[in-house]
Amino acid sequence: MRSRPSGSSVTARSDARARARVVPIILRLLPSLTLLAMLGPVAAGLAGAVLPAFGHLPAAGFDGPSLVAWERLFGWAGIGEATRLSLTTGFLATLGSLAIVTLITAGWWNTRVFGWLERALSPLLSVPHAAAAFGIAFLIAPSGWIMRLVSPELTGLSRPPDILVVGDPWGLSMTAGLIAKEVPFLLLMTLAALGQVRARAALELARSMGYGRVAAWLKAVFPQVYAQIRLPVYVVLAYSMSVVDVALILGPSTPATLSVQIVRWMSDPDLAMRLVASAGAILQLGLVVGALALWRLAEWLVGLWGTGWAGGGGRGRPLDASRPVALGLAGLSACATLAGLAALGIWSVAGLWRFPDALPDALSLRSWTRHAAGLGDAIGDTALVALSATAMALLLTIGCLEAEFRRGRTIGRFALWLLYLPLIVPQTAFLPGLQTFLLRLGADRGTLPVIAAHLVFVLPYVFLSLGDPWRAWDRRQAVAAAALGASPGRVLLAVRLPMLLRPLLVAGAIGIAVSVGQYLPTLLIGGGRVATLTTEAVALSSGGDRRAIGVFGLAQTLAALLPFTLAALLPALLWRNRRGLHG
Amino acid sequence: MKSPLIALSLCLPLAAAAQPAPSDWQAVLAEADGQTVYWYAWGGSTATNDYIAWIGEQVAAHGVTLEHVKLTDTADAVTRVLSEREAGETEDGAVDLIWINGENFVAMKEADLLFGPFATDLPNYDLVADDPVVTTDFATPVEGMESPWAKAQFVFMYDSADTEAPSDMDALLDWTADNPGRFTYPQPPDFLGTTFLKQVLLSQVEDPSVLSQPVEDVDFEAVTAPLWEYLDALQPNLWRGGDAYPDSGPAQFQLLTDEEIDIAPSLSPGEASTAIANLQLPDTIRTFVPAGGTIGNASFLAIPFNSGSKAGAMVVANTILSPEAQLRGQDPDVLGYGTVLDLDALSPDTRQAFEDLDQGIATLSPDALGQALPEPHTSWSDAIEAEWIERYGAQ
Repeated sequence: MRSRPSGSSVTARSDARARARVVPIILRLLPSLTLLAMLGPVAAGLAGAVLPAFGHLPAAGFDGPSLVAWERLFGWAGIGEATRLSLTTGFLATLGSLAIVTLITAGWWNTRVFGWLERALSPLLSVPHAAAAFGIAFLIAPSGWIMRLVSPELTGLSRPPDILVVGDPWGLSMTAGLIAKEVPFLLLMTLAALGQVRARAALELARSMGYGRVAAWLKAVFPQVYAQIRLPVYVVLAYSMSVVDVALILGPSTPATLSVQIVRWMSDPDLAMRLVASAGAILQLGLVVGALALWRLAEWLVGLWGTGWAGGGGRGRPLDASRPVALGLAGLSACATLAGLAALGIWSVAGLWRFPDALPDALSLRSWTRHAAGLGDAIGDTALVALSATAMALLLTIGCLEAEFRRGRTIGRFALWLLYLPLIVPQTAFLPGLQTFLLRLGADRGTLPVIAAHLVFVLPYVFLSLGDPWRAWDRRQAVAAAALGASPGRVLLAVRLPMLLRPLLVAGAIGIAVSVGQYLPTLLIGGGRVATLTTEAVALSSGGDRRAIGVFGLAQTLAALLPFTLAALLPALLWRNRRGLHG
Repeated sequence: MKSPLIALSLCLPLAAAAQPAPSDWQAVLAEADGQTVYWYAWGGSTATNDYIAWIGEQVAAHGVTLEHVKLTDTADAVTRVLSEREAGETEDGAVDLIWINGENFVAMKEADLLFGPFATDLPNYDLVADDPVVTTDFATPVEGMESPWAKAQFVFMYDSADTEAPSDMDALLDWTADNPGRFTYPQPPDFLGTTFLKQVLLSQVEDPSVLSQPVEDVDFEAVTAPLWEYLDALQPNLWRGGDAYPDSGPAQFQLLTDEEIDIAPSLSPGEASTAIANLQLPDTIRTFVPAGGTIGNASFLAIPFNSGSKAGAMVVANTILSPEAQLRGQDPDVLGYGTVLDLDALSPDTRQAFEDLDQGIATLSPDALGQALPEPHTSWSDAIEAEWIERYGAQ
């Protein structure tokens, strides 16, 4: 840079102006279009919940405003319990996963063990929540795999103990299932954040001053990292408070969680129950907003206390005793999901398998052949929705990033918040309203609305995944290409996109995994006609047929994992004669 | 003056095309060719899903494509049709055919959400037995608005390797006291769970005839008092102490197989035999009917008023009533459902095939099943469910 002529800043400015002039109109509109695709459904859904919640739903013969919905909501015998469940599972799952991720990075970052753990946990990120939950349920139930492995030898039991594990009234199994799924997510977010902060330097400096490994991390690195992963943590909190599929599989039923109950009310034949569902949706939103505010307050208090703690100068060496605990917890979380998936796999090929046998009497492909036709249909729908939503998300994201590049402006903090908004607003808060809204338009079924609904959740992840590598691209390549006479469009198509193939594929794989895992948008917006692997698997869960659940759960996992494998293999294959592009 | 008349005469055949006349079966067949029928049916039972897929292969011969939309709750389909009508979708709704009975049928019939009458015009309806279980649904006359396809009677499954069958409902209560944690039932408002509650009510109420009246006309509290007394006594001895319940009937198979429970209710006499054939239950499972008898009902198919494929839907309903499909449905290796056909109306060969059918080791003979008790009036289901949820479902 130093060798460039001193007039470069002037040239750069006039360059930017020249570029702005040539930015095609379509490219200028794309950022607004993207925001509309992402936030439009959320806004329409929330608006669609407000009117019915206050007694206005002419379709059901209610001409508000009235408080009838709220009276019925608070008249429901389970409301206190369901509210408490939403809060406790949310806070416990978020605290648990954040603590595990923080302690494991604090204790083990940059060690060989950490490398192994990272490799074990990263693929788990794409495992759909429902599949992970099924696996864990198969594992920890009193008649589950763990009990089978130790019975009757260690326990002396030939019958499973009559204890409530899956579906316990405190929501602990559900919380455990959520933690196992959120640890990989927060770990990856933390690793990405570590690239933005000078972690190694801070850590080495602190350790050279005699701080223990864990204490050095917590005092010098964690505050910087947390500032970067704050939004993902909020996503985890909001998600854990309002999740439906995991709650159906692992959560309690007497009563169920608030979000599960909202979905039940939505499907009641009595249209008047939609008022109650809408009021429930508003309550769920309020709970999440309240919990986020409380979390923010706690952040501030911990920050106050932490400043004093860090400034106190204690070297905190005893904290290093937490290292084995952290390793154990992180290992447990990875093993739970992996062993659960293995259990799914065994059930999918199991013959008769009675308690307390550790393995089935016989193995057969019977369940797979039996479900082959249904599986084929579900794979078709899953692929159609996931590929369309991801292709649209990639197109919009590339358009936005290119517009940003040509205008020379990057998105600010506010835009980042907007990007996270669809991930933070609970699905049960806006999807019921969105369904009612689409119904009024007569566009409430079929594949197209489902793709649009999936896009709301696929877009932010694709954008977040592609943004950094896009901006990190060396723009001198564009200058060189332009000097050779290439138009900005040609630079994009012939230079930038091919060079960014790997991050593009990874972003696509993430988009597909997100779409494959969506339960509620498919169920509520698809009107039952769009049956993906996830909705089929969750529908099967009510029948309790472990073989069928095994088949669909495993297929669901593979559908999410396959794109990542392709994303890893394709660039090496396509660019086998371009070593520089392998990275 | 001419043109309105022409317009009117042009409209008539169009209107007829939109609403096929069930009595003109050739026209129905012609119209059905090329239609896709979305059948909304509960999807939690693998055996039923396979049977529906097989029906799909049969109707393909008539050019009908059958798509099974797997529901977790039949009420979803009712909601769907209801909300479509509110939104003005009256021509081509999402739902073409619903597996339905009881309260959902009554709700749809009373709200004029059903197409029909069509059932009695189906060619194969001539073979259907004239049985109150088929002509009334939860004390509501069917009147051709839904077509029967299977008969069911409530029974209990038990693991004969672990226990003997209790003799009646009171003996079942005593048995749970001696064997705490070994009995459960699906959580109401699951259909089978609610049927269990009605079964208890029928066995405990002094005068069962009050149950054929609408709930509003009787003293609900007084009539159901013995039910809650029974359940209060049962509750602490249920599986998981009543803190959790299976989601559905088939979910109990896993519990029986896993030795978590020994006795559980079942909706059809042949269900257990089918599950044994599918390796979902051990072959030591048997069924019993408590003294005093059990509730019987039938499963039906109904066509929403706004289906765009009514002809195709009628072809499906008719195909299920064919002796071949009914025989397959009764085969415990496939479904194990009771046929709705009158065996005397069949050809001697077909009749013999039904009589030769091996009912499966867990299925009781018609004599042991006895005469099915009628379902209470449909209004009882909702009332009992709501009270149950209040008492046990949301502690």
